[in-house]
Amino acid sequence: MPSDVVQDVTWTSDEMMAVAAARELSDGTVCFVGIGLPSTAANLARATHAPHVVLIYESGCIGAKPDRIPPSIGDGVLSVSADAVVGVPEIFAYWLQAGRIDVGFLGAAQVDRWGNINTTVVGNYQSPAVRLPGAGGAPEIAASCDRVIITLRHSARGLVEKIDFITSLGHGDGSGVRERLGLPGRGPQAIITDLGVLRYDDSQHQFLLSEVHPGVGVDDVLAATGWPLLVADSLHETPAPTTSELSALRSFTGA
Amino acid sequence: MTKFSTLSEAIEANVHDGDRVALEGFTHLIPFAAGHEIIRQGRRNLTLVRMTPDIIYDQLIGMGCASKLIFSWAGNPGAGSLHRFRDAVEREIPGPLAIEEHSHAGMATRYAASASGLPFGILRGYAGTDLVEVTDNVRFVSCPFTGESLAAVPALDLDVGIICAQQADRQGNVMLWGITGVQKETVLSAKRSIVLVEEIVEHFVPHVNGVVLPNWVVGTVVECPSGSFPSYAQDYSERANDFYAYWEPISRDRDRFLAWMGEHVLMTETNAGFLASLDSHLVESTRA
Repeated sequence: MPSDVVQDVTWTSDEMMAVAAARELSDGTVCFVGIGLPSTAANLARATHAPHVVLIYESGCIGAKPDRIPPSIGDGVLSVSADAVVGVPEIFAYWLQAGRIDVGFLGAAQVDRWGNINTTVVGNYQSPAVRLPGAGGAPEIAASCDRVIITLRHSARGLVEKIDFITSLGHGDGSGVRERLGLPGRGPQAIITDLGVLRYDDSQHQFLLSEVHPGVGVDDVLAATGWPLLVADSLHETPAPTTSELSALRSFTGA
Repeated sequence: MTKFSTLSEAIEANVHDGDRVALEGFTHLIPFAAGHEIIRQGRRNLTLVRMTPDIIYDQLIGMGCASKLIFSWAGNPGAGSLHRFRDAVEREIPGPLAIEEHSHAGMATRYAASASGLPFGILRGYAGTDLVEVTDNVRFVSCPFTGESLAAVPALDLDVGIICAQQADRQGNVMLWGITGVQKETVLSAKRSIVLVEEIVEHFVPHVNGVVLPNWVVGTVVECPSGSFPSYAQDYSERANDFYAYWEPISRDRDRFLAWMGEHVLMTETNAGFLASLDSHLVESTRA
């Protein structure tokens, strides 16, 4: 993938995160995209190595090809550039629920070692310390897409021992909950952060640290993780962003 | 048959204290002007319904119009939190706000069930989430043919459904295009509906993705240009992205919020008056 690595170019940890997330999408992948980093990463993939990635937004836009990063999931640039625009009941029923989506890209306020996601509350549900926006499309995206990629900034407040509310089910407690519930998708397979990449290990039934971004130490990642994070045998360094990845990303973000 | 009226008459006649009301719009075609008029007329104890409650719901909640919210995602898209909503949930300011919380797929299923005249809808959803624990209106049924367990959610029957659309014709038929969200379902789920349109035209020109609501299912049409501001109406206006960022510090401080609502909503009488009260830079960039 990265062929034109130039080491003297500098980048931010957020840029590394967006690039690492974009690389998860191969050409032709059908991807359900949330707003924020997932949208940036999916559009970066489309602008670089995956020109035929199909972007689906929950506002009903199928095959959107925005020329800038839309500030909302219902931006006019999405509907005008889409192959088709359908109503919201249809996007969730005919397209997501029916199993037509390869990858769901989700953000998280809290995530645990099994990829369960909280975007609902910090603290007690009835009297929360912080009320978050809530579920949106995420519970069914997490259930029905073939695989899920989670992106968030790495901190012990975000990657926690126990999440306060299961908004979207990952792998439950690692004991085969998805299979027992009959969920169609394989669930979260990668957690992409600004420090590295965690991948779900089916034999150890939890996420393992499998990549660290350039300049990041394993100890940095462990210290910023709220559970005793296990390290994969195959641990390696993420290839640095290429100049073409960075220039494409910066053309979107205006950086 | 569709009735044509002014916005204030439409709200006066259709929205009553205690009603279950949806002002829908999925980023696009959000009926802000109707929300402002509900605030001006001082409605109380509303059950507000919306998949994506945003700034206009922050305003309705902060001004004390609502006692309950049925929703699936509450935020200021791309800009942050709804602080008036959060103050109501976290601290009961200005009063307690009961919440009934769903996923988008669940809310869309509820609208579709109501539009279909069914008592409930089914979906493959919610399984394994804590939403099941906190939302009594999520239950599970077995498929009578395969035995598969599926989520069941009740029809989202509304007293009043309010949307924006681009056009109505003189017979009261309504047409909208672009992102159409759950606009059709909102009208079909409601006992009484109000549609704010940018323009009343002699004849419709068909549009890709166009949705037409025949006049015999449309309650009241209000001609209200820019009634969706700071949301947008495709081919009439662009989304005022700056407004969403501008709202963040106003929403954060309750005193500043009340002063803003007084100056721009309570002290104005119409949507045109509201728009004229804003700094021109917030409005001018949104003309399509």
